[in-house]
Amino acid sequence: MTELKLPSIDYAALAPILIMLGAALLGVLIEAFVPRKQRRLAQLSLGLLAVLAALVMVIVNSGDRLITAGGAIAVDGPTLFLQGAILVLAAMALLLIGERSVERGGAFVAQAAVTAESADDRRQAEGSNGATEVYPLTSFAIGGMLIFVAANDLLTMFIALEVFSLPLYLLCALARRRRLLSQEAAMKYFLLGAYASAFFLFGVALVYGFTSGIPGRSAGVDFATIHAAVTESPASEVLLFGGVALLAIGLLFKAAAAPFHVWTPDVYQGAPTPVTGFMAACTKVAAFGALLRVFHVAFSGAAWDFTPVLGAVAVLTMLVGAVLAVTQTDIKRLLAYSSIANAGYLLVGVLAPSKDGLSGTMFYLVAYGFSVLAAFAVVTLVRDADGEATHLSRWAGLGRRSPFFAAIFTFILLAFAGIPLTSGFMSKFAIFAPALDAGQAWLVVAGVLTSMVLAFPYLRVVVMMWLSEPGESTPTVTVPGGLTSAALTIGVLATLVLGVVPGPLLDLANGAAEFVR
Amino acid sequence: MNAPAEPAGAVTYASASGLLGSVWLLVAIPLASAAILLLLGRRSDRWGHWLGVASIGASFVLGLTYFFQLRGLENKSVELSLWDFIAVGDFKVDFGLLFDPLAAVFVLLITGVGFLIHLYAVEYMAHDEGRRRFFAYFNLFVAAMLLLVLGNNYVMLYFGWEGVGLASYLLISFWYGRPSAATAGKKAFLMNRVGDAGLAIGIFIMFATLGTTQYDEVFNGVGSLTATTVLVLGLLLLLGATGKSGQFPLQAWLPDAMEGPTPVSALIHAATMVTAGVYLIARSNPIFSANSTLQLVVVSVGALTLLIGCIIGAAKDDIKRVLAWSTVSQIGYMFVGVGLGGGAYALAIVHLLAHGFFKANMFLGAGSVMHGMHDQVDIRRFGGLAKHMRITWITFMMGWLAIIGIPPLSGYFSKEPIIVAAFTRDDWTAWLFGGAALLGAGLTAFYMTRLFVLTFHGPKRWTEDIEHPHESPKLMTIPLVLLAVGSVLAGGLMAWNDGLASWLTPVLGSEAGEAHHPVLSHTVITILSLLVTVGGAGLAWFLFRTGTATEPQPAGVLVTAARRNLYTDAVNEAVFEKPGIFLTRALVFLDNRGVDGLVNGLAAAVGGGSGRLRRLQTGFVRSYATSILAGALLVVAAFLAVQAGWLA
Repeated sequence: MTELKLPSIDYAALAPILIMLGAALLGVLIEAFVPRKQRRLAQLSLGLLAVLAALVMVIVNSGDRLITAGGAIAVDGPTLFLQGAILVLAAMALLLIGERSVERGGAFVAQAAVTAESADDRRQAEGSNGATEVYPLTSFAIGGMLIFVAANDLLTMFIALEVFSLPLYLLCALARRRRLLSQEAAMKYFLLGAYASAFFLFGVALVYGFTSGIPGRSAGVDFATIHAAVTESPASEVLLFGGVALLAIGLLFKAAAAPFHVWTPDVYQGAPTPVTGFMAACTKVAAFGALLRVFHVAFSGAAWDFTPVLGAVAVLTMLVGAVLAVTQTDIKRLLAYSSIANAGYLLVGVLAPSKDGLSGTMFYLVAYGFSVLAAFAVVTLVRDADGEATHLSRWAGLGRRSPFFAAIFTFILLAFAGIPLTSGFMSKFAIFAPALDAGQAWLVVAGVLTSMVLAFPYLRVVVMMWLSEPGESTPTVTVPGGLTSAALTIGVLATLVLGVVPGPLLDLANGAAEFVR
Repeated sequence: MNAPAEPAGAVTYASASGLLGSVWLLVAIPLASAAILLLLGRRSDRWGHWLGVASIGASFVLGLTYFFQLRGLENKSVELSLWDFIAVGDFKVDFGLLFDPLAAVFVLLITGVGFLIHLYAVEYMAHDEGRRRFFAYFNLFVAAMLLLVLGNNYVMLYFGWEGVGLASYLLISFWYGRPSAATAGKKAFLMNRVGDAGLAIGIFIMFATLGTTQYDEVFNGVGSLTATTVLVLGLLLLLGATGKSGQFPLQAWLPDAMEGPTPVSALIHAATMVTAGVYLIARSNPIFSANSTLQLVVVSVGALTLLIGCIIGAAKDDIKRVLAWSTVSQIGYMFVGVGLGGGAYALAIVHLLAHGFFKANMFLGAGSVMHGMHDQVDIRRFGGLAKHMRITWITFMMGWLAIIGIPPLSGYFSKEPIIVAAFTRDDWTAWLFGGAALLGAGLTAFYMTRLFVLTFHGPKRWTEDIEHPHESPKLMTIPLVLLAVGSVLAGGLMAWNDGLASWLTPVLGSEAGEAHHPVLSHTVITILSLLVTVGGAGLAWFLFRTGTATEPQPAGVLVTAARRNLYTDAVNEAVFEKPGIFLTRALVFLDNRGVDGLVNGLAAAVGGGSGRLRRLQTGFVRSYATSILAGALLVVAAFLAVQAGWLA
């Protein structure tokens, strides 16, 4: 037996991850031992505190550029920037998840296993109990995402993928209203997610095979080995490109890129709205963080070969998202397609092989995350007796009934459309400019054209809110509680500030835009 | 840019130090007050007007302080750079202020007369619901005007220029419920746009040829430009000036601007907006002095406008409109002055300041009359008011005597030299412009006397509902009295020992060394002008001493033409409005059929595609999984194709 050598572990560098996972475990204990009445407060404060502490650790670590835990985790500029982004956005999402004054008992049902639409289910929907398991589940998901963007080998990445995906599947099933839709969404998400994970895992296997046979190096799936193998491996390149393709499919599924986006509208619509916001903001950051790392660190030697294929995927994604958004009649589905189109824009940034492209993509992720969380926060507020009124016809005339919230939502939609003085404009600029510099004009042209198409559904909602007469069925906007107000304020302010003075965040992203290998 | 030999009179500005470092407060205070009034809304209704008055008062006191500070300095042009306003590539615009003798007198006029008008408006607008809003706009107006005269480059000037345009629009259509007021506001705005476009293009040319818009750099660089460039640049600036100052051909908006409350008329016509054009030309004197054709155009515009104003003014029956046309005509005199160039620049400024006093005085007097007469404005319906409104009568009399140029009131000292200067040219144009200025003096005396006599003397011709016209309250009469004192004394004081002219020498240059003599002797011109003045006034007195019919009478060709503004509105309509409407209709047609057709077609295609694609989103996991599988096969195939070299 060979001697087992423990890898050295830099616990400080891993602290954000450890804090989130530790908080999640503690949350499970709280579920078990703290009386029901105090549970929500305890869980919510624990979650927020943990996010805050993790964020502090990210800031403390901000100078780190190292690889630790036996080469499994890389803590470098992009890792820290994206972890920070995930934590800030997760804090906003936690505020939305914790809100209980908008709906009695919150947006989550206490017993998800009760048969949907049964008498028990209706009683439970009316009751004031709500699930508090959502907090540890969210913490697990956040922890998984933190690992995902830091993973320095494909296996760690796969495990992180599962760690943050499984809680999300569960969270999707917990909506208080429209239980059937919620359960269906969770089921679809789970099945398709598992399916996509299989692709990813098979890709890992192919890549592993490709790395074997380099003289003086053992086979492995850590990024340094893969990087070396791309140029040196004697193995057939079919293994490499087959592997890259399958890996990309697994990641593009999470990023909601076409044609792997099919789950997105159904899941976004069925999931409880705070969870939808969490997925739209944080999952996007995590998925693109991983995509950036895989393509910039591991496979950068093959960039010439994968760029046309991924470029085609990007164009298809933008087209599908923009064109399908045009005919949507449900606000959550509309935002889902908008999120798909945005995945296309982000891919343009991923494919720009420069530091500017990397920092632009990271800026985009943050800016988009703030806006989309604010958008879903408004969605949680427009409601009637049956819960959220998400059908667009119900939003007609909202500007007359609740001018303040209609104005906020208008502002967010203008940001999505990329109007100057909003973060949407700056982030599109930050992504398209490096792509143009890299000679990928075709991607930029496609991006601009689809942005124009996409402006139509956004403006349609604006026109509907302001220029239509309010009908009998126009719901009112519920006055938000403190938590939702806080999240909404942060989101709207960030959308404005990043549009007017984007300098500091761009500088931060620029300073962080370098991977360690 | 550095010419090998810098001209001896190169323009240099000192940088501001000490107290003068806070010149920006002049603009900031009224602006802050306007912001407070607009933001607080109804909460400031009770005290808002006093804040408005106080902010202008504070600016006036500061202006006086700065003025005395400036007197003690060696280089009397002080520049204060606040921050980079615009910095794009080579294009740099300073957010900077310039406080020099010219700016200083404008600041004193704007804040001094402006303060009195503000004070007056407190009472005048007392019963108006929108008084706070009114004062907010009023403050905004003064702030914009101060920015206009204090900027140290053309972009700053343009900034203030547009601010004045905006504020005037808001104020003229203040009673927006009245269609006539709303229309007048729009008319003022649109006609100003024409002039503003000229100014903007002029600024573009400056940047294109000189690479800068800073005053000192532009003025020092004028020598390196071709004569044609200077001419075009000057004409564009002149177009801007005619728009703001209501000169031919853009004069039509000014009389309509009387739809606003009377204090607005006083502020626009006496202290602020209309003087902007004169300021622009006086400020740009190195440009205008560099091209004699340009100067000839300016004088011609001035002379033509002063006659147009007089003739139309003589035929109008609305007290405010007569005063408005009189303003058009008096600004014409100032344009003659700035167009003549040399020493006449300063004369124009003297007339501008003197005019600021007596015209504000008379506008506020007219407001006081209207206040006592149930807002009646028709002078045919006044008469015999002297007995009932003693203070208004006496103060108005001072304004009247001043404007027609009776010595020793201020108009005599300010207008007379311009007439003399108009005669001081080398060729036959001396007779043309001198004659026009002289004729204008006679006509001015005629129509102002008509106005004065019909309003205050002769038999009463009041409408039935008025029994006892009352004098206005103290808050309105005190500003009147102060302005009347100004109307009497200002001209003499400024002309004393060429005081103002020598004060302005650093900016406008001096006449020294120029040996020109008028074509007639100085004494002859003075006697002639006094003769036509007394003649005009006497004729009017004779004709109107017994009052006039209360309805307009049929009249000859000239009077009818004058009543219809010499058909200038008709010309505008035929030349601009009709073709404009036609063009708009043609464009709408093109837009509907051509552009919209294309756009709608594309939109329909997208919508149809969207509808079809949507059917793929069936909701069944099995079909989703299939499409993911298909996508996966495609992606893998594409990667392998790339690897095999089939693509890329």
